[in-house]
Amino acid sequence: MLQLSDLEKHFPVRRGPFRRVVGHVRAVDRITLSISKKEIVGLVGESGSGKSTLGYTVVGIHNPTGGRMEFRGQDLLAMRRADPRAVSKEIQIVFQDPGSSLNPKRSIKQTLELPLRVHGLGNRTERLETLKELMRTVELPEPYLYRSPSALSGGQRQRVAVARALASKPDFLVLDEPTSALDVSVQAKLSNLLLALSAELELTYLFITHDLSLMRNVATKVAIMYLGKICELADAQTFFAEPLHPYTQMLLSSIPVVSAEEETLKPKHVVPRGEVPSPVNIPSGCSFRTRCPHAMEVCSAVDPEFVEVESDHEVRCHLFAGIEKEVRARAADA
Amino acid sequence: MESRANVFEVRDLEVGFRVFRGHLRVLDKANLVVEHGEKVGLVGETGCGKSITMKATIGILPIPPAHISGGSILIDGRDILKLRGRALRHTQGLLSLIPQDPSASLNPVFRIGTQLADAIKYSTANANLGRKAIRKRSIEILSEVGLPDPERNLASYPVQMSGGMKQRVLIAMALVTDPLLLIADEPTTALDVTIEAQILRLMREAVDRRDVSILLITHNLGVVREFTDRVYIMYAGQVSEEGATSDLFSTPLHPYTQGLIASVPKLTGEGVASGIEGMVPDYLDVPPGCRFSPRCRHTMPVCSEKPEMRLPEAAHGVACHLFSPAPGEEKPCSN
Amino acid sequence: MSALQDAPRLSHPRLRSAARAVRRSWYKFSRNRLSVVGLSAVCIVILLALLAPVISPYPRHAGKFVDFANANRPPSWTYLLGTDVVGRDILSRIFFGYRFSLLMGIIVLALVVPPGVILGLIAGYWKGSWIDTVIMRITDVFLAVPPLVLALAIASVLQPNLYNAMLAVSLMWWPWYCRLVYGVTSSVRNEFFVQAAEVAGASKVHILLREILPNCVSPILTKISLDMGWVILLGAALSFVGLGVQPPRPGLGTMVADGAQYMPDSWWISVFPALAIMFVVLGFNLLGDGLRDVLSVEEV
Repeated sequence: MLQLSDLEKHFPVRRGPFRRVVGHVRAVDRITLSISKKEIVGLVGESGSGKSTLGYTVVGIHNPTGGRMEFRGQDLLAMRRADPRAVSKEIQIVFQDPGSSLNPKRSIKQTLELPLRVHGLGNRTERLETLKELMRTVELPEPYLYRSPSALSGGQRQRVAVARALASKPDFLVLDEPTSALDVSVQAKLSNLLLALSAELELTYLFITHDLSLMRNVATKVAIMYLGKICELADAQTFFAEPLHPYTQMLLSSIPVVSAEEETLKPKHVVPRGEVPSPVNIPSGCSFRTRCPHAMEVCSAVDPEFVEVESDHEVRCHLFAGIEKEVRARAADA
Repeated sequence: MESRANVFEVRDLEVGFRVFRGHLRVLDKANLVVEHGEKVGLVGETGCGKSITMKATIGILPIPPAHISGGSILIDGRDILKLRGRALRHTQGLLSLIPQDPSASLNPVFRIGTQLADAIKYSTANANLGRKAIRKRSIEILSEVGLPDPERNLASYPVQMSGGMKQRVLIAMALVTDPLLLIADEPTTALDVTIEAQILRLMREAVDRRDVSILLITHNLGVVREFTDRVYIMYAGQVSEEGATSDLFSTPLHPYTQGLIASVPKLTGEGVASGIEGMVPDYLDVPPGCRFSPRCRHTMPVCSEKPEMRLPEAAHGVACHLFSPAPGEEKPCSN
Repeated sequence: MSALQDAPRLSHPRLRSAARAVRRSWYKFSRNRLSVVGLSAVCIVILLALLAPVISPYPRHAGKFVDFANANRPPSWTYLLGTDVVGRDILSRIFFGYRFSLLMGIIVLALVVPPGVILGLIAGYWKGSWIDTVIMRITDVFLAVPPLVLALAIASVLQPNLYNAMLAVSLMWWPWYCRLVYGVTSSVRNEFFVQAAEVAGASKVHILLREILPNCVSPILTKISLDMGWVILLGAALSFVGLGVQPPRPGLGTMVADGAQYMPDSWWISVFPALAIMFVVLGFNLLGDGLRDVLSVEEV
C-alpha cells in the first residue's frame, strides 16, 4: 500500500547573520520501506533517529528532499500536488502529545467535525450522527462532545485524537508514539483499542515508537531506525526470534522489564554505552560505529548496505556482509 | 531494635488542596520508610500522590492551596513539619534531589562549573571551601559520574550537553553535598532507553559505593524492578502495597499491582493486556475506604472501610480487604 | 455555531460549561483584591460617563456656559469640586469628560485591534517567508516614530480636534497588536493541533481564524484592558497641548491645561481633573493585571 524508496528529508543548518547554509541534518536518509495492506509496521528508534520526521513526511507535514513515496502504486507527491484534500482523506496521523494535539479553545465536537466539514461529508445532521458513531468507536461517552480538551484526561484526549484521525475513514494511519505520554494502565487500553480498530476497520498502521516491548505484541513488521537510516527490518516473528544488529541488541538489553521470564529473553553481555551523536555531525561510514562493541576498520570507511540474512529479515551491518552471498550460494546448491 | 533512626520516614501523612471546586483530599495517611543504605522505590501512575509526597518533604508544596492536615515527615528522626528556620534547613540539607527533566533543571545562562560550585558552596558539609578546593571537588565528582573531560564540561553551558550528560551533572550536584538520602524524581523518564540504562547503572554504583539511601519515584515498573530493594505502590493517595521488590514482582498481592504489572507489554509476547477498568478517581469525590474499590474485580461491601496494611508474608504488606483476617483466619491470596 | 441551532437540548451542555468557566474565572479573579478594585473603578467610570447628563449636578456646564459671578470658587457644598475660570462646575465637567476619554479609548482600539491582529496572524503563520519580512518591517517603521511627534505632525496638517487625535494615536498603536499576535501565532503555529488541522486539509482562513486566533484572545484582551489606560492618558496629553478635545468641550486633559496657569491658587481647577485621569488609568491598569493573571493560567 505504501512504498518508500530512498526517501530523504534533509534540513539545512544555517549559521551567521546572513543565515548561510553550513550543513544539513539528514533526518531521513535514504529510507526504503514497503507497507502492505493491513500490516502494522513498527518503526522503532530513540530520539534523533528521524522516525517522527519520517512519519511527518509521509503525512505531508514535511516535503521530502529526495526519493520517492508511492501510495497504492501512485506517486504520493504528485497526488498531493494535484488534490491535497483527497490524499488527507486517505492518510491520517495521530500525534504524540495529548496535551497539544487538540486545540484547547475548541470543543471536542468542533475538533472532530473539522475533517468532516473539510471533506464535505454530509450535512449538519449527518455529521452529528457520524460524530456520535465516532465517539462510540473510541469508547467515549457522547456528552464528551461538548467538553473542551482540558476537561478530559490524557487517555481520553488520545482517544479523541484517534477519532479525529478516523473521521474521514482513512485506510492508512501514521501513529506517532500515541501511547508514550500516558500511564501504563491507560496505555494498555489505548493499544487494545488501536489493535481492535485495525482489525475491524481494516486499517494499515505505521506505528512509530521507542517501545520495543509494545511492538513485540502489536507489530507485524519491525524496522529499527538510527540517525536517519534503518538498521534492521524484519517480519515481527523473525525479528524477535533473532535480533541481529548490534544496535537492536543494545536496545533490547536496555529495556527495564517486569518479569524474570523477560530477563531471559534479553541479549546477554551487551552493555549500553555512548550517546547518540549529534545529527549534524554523523560519523563517517556506519553511523553506529562510535557505540558499537563490534566496530571494525571497515565500519568507519564504508556505510554498510542491506543484507537479506533470511527471508523477510534484512540487516545493515558489516558483520553480516558476507552472509547474503553464503545464503545465495547455499540456495543455488540446493 | 535499630540503633539509629530510619533515614527517612513518612507517618500517616495527610495532604489536601483547597480549590475552586472544593476540597481535594489527596494523601490519605500515607506511610513510608527508607532505612539506611536502602534503595526504595515509590511507584504510581499520574496523580497518585507520589510527587506530592516528595514536594512536601522538600518543602516546595505550594502551601495555599495545599495544606498538610496531619502526619509527620521524619528525616534522620527529626520531624520537619515541626521545624522552622535554621533547624529546618539543616535537616532538609541532609537530602538531595535528582530532578525530573534535565533540560529544565539546569539554568541555561550559567556554566556547569558555576552551578556545581553553587551546589558545593551551599551545602552544609562543604560550607567553607575555597575556590581551588571547590574546583578540585567539582572535577572529582564529574569524573565519578562518568563525564569524560571534566574540565571542559565545567566550562560548558547546559545547551551544549546531551540529555544524558545533563542528568549526570544533576546526579553529581546531588551527590556532592554528601547527603543522607537521595530523592530521585523520575530521573530517567525524559531519557532514551539506552541512556536510561546507563544512568541507572551509574546511580546504582554511586549509591552502593557511598552507602547512601535512595528513594526512587517513578511510574516505570521495569525501572523499579531493576533498581530497587523495596518498593511502595501508591494509588490515589493511598499506599496499596509494599515489600521487597523481588517478592512484589513475583507474587503481586494487591489487585491494583496485579493490574499494573499485567498492563505492561511483555517481551515474551503475550499480547496486549486489557489495562485496568475504570479511571483514577477525582479527588473531589474520592470513594470512602479503599480508593481502588470501584475498579477492583474483587470488590466487597467491606471495601468501603479503609483497609489496613497487613503483612501476609514477611516484609510484604498489602492494604486490601482480601487479606483482612476473617474472624479467626487469614484469607488466601486470590489470583 | 451549529450546535446552538441544533435541537434545544444540545445547547445546554455548552451553556453549562460556559457558565462554569465564567464562575471559575470570577473566583480566580476575585482572589486578588486589587483586580476587583480595578474592575470597580472601571465600572464606576463607565457608569458616570453613561449617566453623566442624569447625575451631574450642573449638566449644562459641560457645554457653552459662563457664569463669571461664580468663577474660581473653591470646593464647597454647592460646587463639590469647585468651579473653573468661567464658572463651570468641575465635577459635572469631569463626568462628561469621562465620556470623551472612554470614547477615545474605544474608538482607537476598535480601529487598531482588527488590522493589527490580522496582520500579526498572517505574519506569524508564514514566519520566515517574505510575507513575514514585509509585514514586520512595516511594523518596525511605525514603531520607530515617537507617538507625540506623529500626533503633532498630523495635527499640524489636519485640524486639531478629537477625531484627528484618535487617528494619530491609532496610526502608531496598531503595531503593538501586530507584534503581540505575531509572537503568539508563531509559537502556536507549530503545535500539534494546528498541524492536525493542516493535515486534515483545512483552509488557511479556517486555521488562522478558528484554530490560532482563539488562542490569542487572552493576551489580546489583557492588552486591550491595559491599553485603555494608555490611550486615555495619551488622549489627555494631546488635549493638554491643544490637539485633542477642543474647548468648550470638557476633555480631561484640556481641563488640566486650563487650570495650569492658575496653580497653586485655584489648585482645584487642574488637580481634580488630573486625579480623575489617574483614577481611570489606574483602574484599567489594575483590571488588566488581574485579567492577565486569570487568563494566562489555563487550569486551576
